[in-house]
Amino acid sequence: MSRILPHPLLSAGLGLTWLLLNAPPTPGNVLLAILVALIVPTVMRALRPRPVRVRAPGTLARLIVIVLYDMVRSNIDVARIILGLRRGERRTGFVSIPLDLREPLGLAILSIILTGTPGTLWVQYDSDTGRLLLHVLDDTGGDKWVRRVKDRYERPLMEIFP
Amino acid sequence: MSTAAVLDWGLGLAQGMLVLAMALATWRMLRGPRAQDRILGLDTLYLNGMLAIVVHGMRTGSGLYFEAALILGMIGFTATVALAKFLMQGEVIQ
Amino acid sequence: MNAAALPAWAAWLVVALALAGASVSLTGALGLIRLRSFYERVHAPTLGATLGMALILSGSMLLLSMIEGRLVLRDGLIGIFLTVTTPVTLLLLARAAAYRDRHEGQAGAPPEMGDG
Repeated sequence: MSRILPHPLLSAGLGLTWLLLNAPPTPGNVLLAILVALIVPTVMRALRPRPVRVRAPGTLARLIVIVLYDMVRSNIDVARIILGLRRGERRTGFVSIPLDLREPLGLAILSIILTGTPGTLWVQYDSDTGRLLLHVLDDTGGDKWVRRVKDRYERPLMEIFP
Repeated sequence: MSTAAVLDWGLGLAQGMLVLAMALATWRMLRGPRAQDRILGLDTLYLNGMLAIVVHGMRTGSGLYFEAALILGMIGFTATVALAKFLMQGEVIQ
Repeated sequence: MNAAALPAWAAWLVVALALAGASVSLTGALGLIRLRSFYERVHAPTLGATLGMALILSGSMLLLSMIEGRLVLRDGLIGIFLTVTTPVTLLLLARAAAYRDRHEGQAGAPPEMGDG
């Protein structure tokens, strides 16, 4: 398994991308896709990436649903702010969040989540102290944003990438 | 209205809105005030230009515009990353 | 099958998806003009890069699938590509702006947090 398929997820992704680009899948295209999926990941050996292990697929599925919902909701929130439909005083500012997540892939996915939900922007991360500096468009005050990032995104990510 | 007319008018309107978005991004790019604002405007210009190409591909009903959109997205990404790097250090390659 | 032979519901759905996506992107670009400071403005283009892009691409995938009579998911690759690259560009741009603002001692610069 590890000899032929050192990075099973990468192989699956490459093969699938090949088939999507060369639709409809004829037998020849499927053969080429399998070849690409088998050969290209061996090149990755020279880069020595850390092996990725995904645990808790149920948590992963739940996280995807949560992120999709938050993406639509925060898009609407930010659109309301831009169009001037939001009532009341709005404060904007920086929030500092202490993160316990250290896994590089988990942090990369957290940055995608935080950028994918408009209204939050990843400004800086200090890998020594594990503190993340976040800019939020609608700072409601208190530790609401800290709780939201830690409970909604960080805890599931720590379960998925232990 | 026939379906062809619905598609043509609706997608044409969507294209017009994306072109307007490109104009707003260009305004921010020319107006500044600081270099990071201009780069942000350029990035938005690329993004909306790419979406406009996708809608144009829908309007003509051909899949040929897919490559153009993908390449424009890649160029936009590379350009923005290089410019942001330049702002940080003053050197693109180091 | 060409575009003229499309069923009416599909044509209206495609147009609705494209118009909704274009409106979201336009709102994002409008935010680029209306919001006051740079750090507020960085949030605006993400509207087009997330929901706007997703709506337009699903419209495109639906239309091409109907025209060609099979499932065409190729445009989804643009979506994956944008999802992966947008955080990188905005993160680098925000860091560059933070670095410049701190260096020049501008008001509204992000708080210091060590060397990071």
